[in-house]
Amino acid sequence: MMLLWLIIVPIAGGVLAALLGRRGDLWPRRVALLAATAQLVLAVALWGQCFSGADPAGNGIWRAELQWTWIPQFGISFHLAVDGLSVVLILLTSFIGIMAVASSWREIHERAGLFHLNLMLVLAGITGVFLAVDLFLFYFFWELMLVPMFFLIDIWGHEERHAAAVKFFIFTQLSSLFMLLAILGLYFVHGRNTGTYTFEYTALLGTPMGQAAAMWLMLGFFVAFLVKLGAVPLHMWLPDAHTEAPTAGSVILAGLLLKTGGYGMLRFVLPLFPQAAHSAAPIMMGIAVFGIIYGAVMAFSQTDLKRLVAYTSVSHMGFVLLGAFAWNALSTRGALVQMVAHGLSTGGLFMLVGALQERIHTRDVSRMGGLWSTAPRLAGVGLFLALASMAIPGMGNFIGEFLVLLGTWSVSIPAAAVAVLGMVASAIYSLWLVQVTFHGPNKEGWKVPDFSARESAVATALIVAIVWIGLYPKAVLGTAGPALDAMRETSVVAAAPGPLEAGFPLVPVQPESAASSATARGGRP
Amino acid sequence: MRAVDLAMLLPIILPAFTATAVMLTLALRRSHGLAVGLTLAGLAASFASVLGVSVMAPHRVTSLIVVDGYALFFMGLILCATFVVALQARAYLNGRGDRPEEFYVFLLLAATGASTLVASSHFASFVLGLEALSISLYALIAYEREAPLRIEAGIKYLILAAFSAGFLLFGMALIYAEAGTMEFAEIASRLGVEGQMHFVPILLGLALVFVGLGFKLALVPFHLWAPDVYQGAPAPVSGFIATVSKGAVFALLLRYYSVLHLHAHGPVQLLLMLIAIASMFGGNLLALLQNNVKRLLAYSSIAHLGYLLVALLSSGRLAVAAAGYYLVAYFVTTLGAWGVVGALSGKDGDAESLDDYRGLAWRRPWLAGVFTAMLLSLIGIPVTAGFIGKFYVLAAGVTSSLWLLVVILVINSAIGLFYYLRVVVVLYGHARMNEPEGTGQSKQPLPAPSLSPAGGVALCGLTLALIWLGVFPGPLMHVIEAARMLVPAGR
Repeated sequence: MMLLWLIIVPIAGGVLAALLGRRGDLWPRRVALLAATAQLVLAVALWGQCFSGADPAGNGIWRAELQWTWIPQFGISFHLAVDGLSVVLILLTSFIGIMAVASSWREIHERAGLFHLNLMLVLAGITGVFLAVDLFLFYFFWELMLVPMFFLIDIWGHEERHAAAVKFFIFTQLSSLFMLLAILGLYFVHGRNTGTYTFEYTALLGTPMGQAAAMWLMLGFFVAFLVKLGAVPLHMWLPDAHTEAPTAGSVILAGLLLKTGGYGMLRFVLPLFPQAAHSAAPIMMGIAVFGIIYGAVMAFSQTDLKRLVAYTSVSHMGFVLLGAFAWNALSTRGALVQMVAHGLSTGGLFMLVGALQERIHTRDVSRMGGLWSTAPRLAGVGLFLALASMAIPGMGNFIGEFLVLLGTWSVSIPAAAVAVLGMVASAIYSLWLVQVTFHGPNKEGWKVPDFSARESAVATALIVAIVWIGLYPKAVLGTAGPALDAMRETSVVAAAPGPLEAGFPLVPVQPESAASSATARGGRP
Repeated sequence: MRAVDLAMLLPIILPAFTATAVMLTLALRRSHGLAVGLTLAGLAASFASVLGVSVMAPHRVTSLIVVDGYALFFMGLILCATFVVALQARAYLNGRGDRPEEFYVFLLLAATGASTLVASSHFASFVLGLEALSISLYALIAYEREAPLRIEAGIKYLILAAFSAGFLLFGMALIYAEAGTMEFAEIASRLGVEGQMHFVPILLGLALVFVGLGFKLALVPFHLWAPDVYQGAPAPVSGFIATVSKGAVFALLLRYYSVLHLHAHGPVQLLLMLIAIASMFGGNLLALLQNNVKRLLAYSSIAHLGYLLVALLSSGRLAVAAAGYYLVAYFVTTLGAWGVVGALSGKDGDAESLDDYRGLAWRRPWLAGVFTAMLLSLIGIPVTAGFIGKFYVLAAGVTSSLWLLVVILVINSAIGLFYYLRVVVVLYGHARMNEPEGTGQSKQPLPAPSLSPAGGVALCGLTLALIWLGVFPGPLMHVIEAARMLVPAGR
């Protein structure tokens, strides 16, 4: 039931916010903030309830689930479930939800009720995506989060919002339809080969199918997640949508929507089609590495601050793709940590840019400069987030990118080597960003108010979260690690554990890899 | 003819009877409300008779009509749609022209024709039903005689429909000359002999029948009349043509196609496949160029019929069920969209131009919300009926491995996004530059709103149905599956 509440609470909050919209702007904000906070409380409670103790053996892969028959004719059920991977992302969702509400506190004055309705609906849709384990239900939520996001961009966005919203919608919708085809294909292949027609995720794992069929179906899923992830050939919607969206929209886009793509890769593409994914991995990793470099180079050449941050997302999400397709214990953990840390840091950067734009009414970096003296708290947070973005040790982003590189190294040394260049490039654009924005002469004589108490509180929470993950990644890894390993076990051709894997201190040693290395050494099991 | 035969025919007889009753009542007392009331009561009674008769189905009434679950399902759909159109027409016609009452007589006759069509198992009843439908439509389209646009649309429809009926009859004659019978089941059995169907006259006959049906369904390349007629006709009538007329003809086509086992015949398959592809691309690409909402909806309806053909062409277990579900979703969505167009139209003319819709969300939030829901359903977004419909059609296509068609459908859905979203963007755009925002006191030269309680009820019902079908599709699927079982009875 708790899982259902996680979805109902934001929807109810959104509807209430819309109804209270007539009574002025403040009520919708309060209600939305309350709903987002309630969702966070629920998520934390769920986390504590299901993941604090030892792993309850023999419980299947789900720690909590809820299943109702929905459309029996097609074997579709309303099936929500969590494992360690989903719970981490649910926590991220509710945290970013609060950030999004807080960051639009003073930005949105027009139709605040409707705005918060859409905001909360996006959050509900994303939560549903992370919870659904029936493929039909997953697609249902996948599409559902699209519409309110479209409205967020289209109604409350900046100058070129209409084009950006339509572009966003078309890219994601077309790619999702291919995923729908792939889901249907998988459904019928599974039904023909086993006799049971079902959209159930666990049942569809390990579906026997021909190589060509597996490859096509895998590509159907892949293209949908690739678009959401903003990987390079299909990233064109991303800079526009991020730039034109209102602050809360950008925060959610960068913080959560891109993550659904990474989640899809980890949850669906690789476990459902291990063979096909393994044989395609070199190409996919090539795409990932190209994206890392391309995003970084493009970021450096932007003058619009929001666009710059958007391109850094392209670069950073490349690491998630790389980690997913390297598909070993380290790289998948790295991909997940990268998703969480990037969600926080980039969400924070968009919030910062939103705050800046609210104050100086421009996003053009060439007009900024010297803001440190007039708004030290704001600039300090900016410096911190830039450092997080360039992944210096101590930040969650460092753990993510480092684990991905480490995992990739054992699969493909060239890919890891080139990806490292992306980290170098990120140092360049991050420091450049800080330099031109906060240092140097204050050419236009900006005198702006510093971060308010509300903004400071959000920024503090953000900084604490990023540093916490950076210093104590076990919080994430301990929860999600077993789930990631369970998913990899279903894939037959998972890369053999490399020598580095067992020795890496940040990752809890897995029983099965310990056992296998023991047997490899000729010892007794 | 026995009493049970008459009883089985009640769903066809009752609308015809109501039409007569309305006409006679009007001779005594002219009242718009009375005419609407009688019409709605008659339609409700007919719908009740559909439910009552369904326990005795399937039943053959002479060789012309077969009342089976399939026919009853579509009769029910047609009657519901006519009910909604009557409600919308009540709002639309109120205060327009001096004699709105006879409109309902034609509407009921058209429903009678459509019901006959879906139950026909013989060329004679096929033509009878089709002509009853078409002739009523000529009058409905040109009902407002003073408006030149209406007359133009009516004449256009008259000429092209008559022309297509010529094709149809010639095709039937050719088939009759070869098979020696006009019953679908008989034709199937006589031509069942291998190789028989490849005779040139038969193929030509089939092709000509498809041309005739293609005109009615406005499939590319027989679609040229559709945008002009949709634009020229009163909004409720356009909705009626897009749903009842097309739906009944499609139901007939589906029966004809499955009774004659046409999916086993390569040339026919190829022909239909080409028509489906042309309709999807043609409808969607031409819709991109439109600035007129009525024309846009006309082209979108062409594309949707193309999607339906994909369901028709997939011969699997799911094909009929998919077509049935898609049609229901399409009926609800299309009636809703045209209902909004009608509700926004005032006495001076219909709300056609995209500019009439600019910023509608801030002027008439509920109406804009309904229109948005309908557009999202046409796109196929979850929580709306259109999503389940599209899912069903894709599932049917995938089971039959019609990958080419299915991929083209997906690509076309994306093309469709451009123009549907354009309307959505306009709905939520800023009203006018020189107008103060949010004052609520817009003094625009827009048609006066004509949303009456009747129209409001219809739109509310349609929206609820849209969401209900999108969230709980199980019950309707069950009904369709039950109806589908009875299709072989006609064979």
